[in-house]
Amino acid sequence: MAQTTGERYRVAPVHRRSREWPFPLNLYQTAVGRKWVMALTGIGLIGFVLAHMVGNLHVYEGPARMHEYAESLRTIGGGLVPKSAVLWLLRLGLLSMFVLHLHSAISLSRMSRASSEDAGLVSGAKRYAGGREHVAATYASRTMRWTGPIIALFILYHLADLTWGWWLGDDFVAGDPYHNVSTSLSALPVAILYIVANVALAFHIFHGAWSMFQSLGINNPRYNHLRRGLATLLAGLILVGNLSFPILTQAGLIDEDNRTCPIGEVEGNTCLAEEAEGHQG
Amino acid sequence: MSGSHGETINVTLKVWRQTSADAPGGFETHQQAISTDASFLEMLDLLNEELNAAGKEPIAFESDCREGICGTCGVMINGRAHGPQKATATCQLHMREFADDDEIVIEPFRATGFPVIRDLAVDRSPLDAIIEAGGYISVNTGAASDANLTPVPKAAADQAFDAAACIGCGACVAACPNSAAQLFTSAKIGHLGLLPQGQAERWSRTEAMVETMEEFFGSCTNHGECTEACPKEISLDFIALMNRDYMKAKVKNRGLAGQH
Repeated sequence: MAQTTGERYRVAPVHRRSREWPFPLNLYQTAVGRKWVMALTGIGLIGFVLAHMVGNLHVYEGPARMHEYAESLRTIGGGLVPKSAVLWLLRLGLLSMFVLHLHSAISLSRMSRASSEDAGLVSGAKRYAGGREHVAATYASRTMRWTGPIIALFILYHLADLTWGWWLGDDFVAGDPYHNVSTSLSALPVAILYIVANVALAFHIFHGAWSMFQSLGINNPRYNHLRRGLATLLAGLILVGNLSFPILTQAGLIDEDNRTCPIGEVEGNTCLAEEAEGHQG
Repeated sequence: MSGSHGETINVTLKVWRQTSADAPGGFETHQQAISTDASFLEMLDLLNEELNAAGKEPIAFESDCREGICGTCGVMINGRAHGPQKATATCQLHMREFADDDEIVIEPFRATGFPVIRDLAVDRSPLDAIIEAGGYISVNTGAASDANLTPVPKAAADQAFDAAACIGCGACVAACPNSAAQLFTSAKIGHLGLLPQGQAERWSRTEAMVETMEEFFGSCTNHGECTEACPKEISLDFIALMNRDYMKAKVKNRGLAGQH
């Protein structure tokens, strides 16, 4: 609101500056600094998603190799560290990246919302009474605030589904991801949920992986044309890889028809481990 | 256009009317017959003359040089800042861009940091506050120094000139879905930060201008709407440069715990 007062500015500031924290924490007090955090955590999260997708391709090698892959994640660091110690450190890092990515996103959306209040808001973006035309903004960039929450909710579902085994109940066998994946994704609604969430993820990465270059100030006229291509490639790779799991399970490619080992945490997993050994030997 | 006469078109104008920042606003519809040779603002001038003659309050809008270099004019035309023509300020937009029977919606630039003064005029003084925070260089000598005393590399001169083309109209803020002022601020920071004369205050300037900007405006999400709306086609590259310089500035200007 316009105010002609003895204050510093003619128009009252929308956001109040708070007392500055010591370096480097003060970086997080500013929007530009927060965008750095969002970009850096985004890089980490894309790295995780990519590794997660590539690792899961082991499912196409059968239950034994999948079991071996899952087991080797727990034994990163070998005999040097307690079992699962490195995995837990990675999980902790991943969790903090999620928290920072989410917090910066939510707080910056709120900042933009307050900066556009008088213009009215529709789906988190500024609105004009007579409508407006988007020229440069892509569908992906305008839906970041929707694809983000969809992904966050999906991750919770995904953890409950395949890490904690809440929905599978007695069908869930710890240490036998092949069995869990093929059981869970053979239900059509679950497969559709995974497909929807991964399409949202691809849209999110399509904008995010381009946007992070700008946020981090990585801009060189010689290479700028590659940034959009890289984002498209990343989004495409992750989309194709991740969609293959629900689609091929529904198509019957990931099933347990040819399974030789029994299903169960003790004898089943021992058998899978032996089978994997056998493959290598 | 020597000798040629434009045709006359009839347009329906839906113009935003609002008596003050706190008063509710709404659209008012007018029919206007206008030559396609007329500029957009000339059309509003003619409409205002008619309103005046009829004893009605004319539509408040801002303009000054009317040759696209001062940055005073600027309205949303059919949902686009400065209207449909690329790289053109509102004053340089002509009615030949429109067709007979077109409906033209005219709204003020909108952002919380741009409160409406009246009708289509908004208070863009937050942009001045950003300039006051550091958009200058200090030359502490007696008389002005000779021109060309400081050699400027060609590449730096070209880029700085591209940034200096910013006329400060605020279309970037108006077009931004987040009401962010990144393009304006980065053009000003880039303009001075690329030149030798701007080096002494480069880091204090970047920090002060960015933080003043953040008192009024939203957070950039790299949509790219600003560059499209910009009558001077300022590049998004300057936003990246600002983001890089800001981080460097915070590191250079850092105060550790207890040093504040």
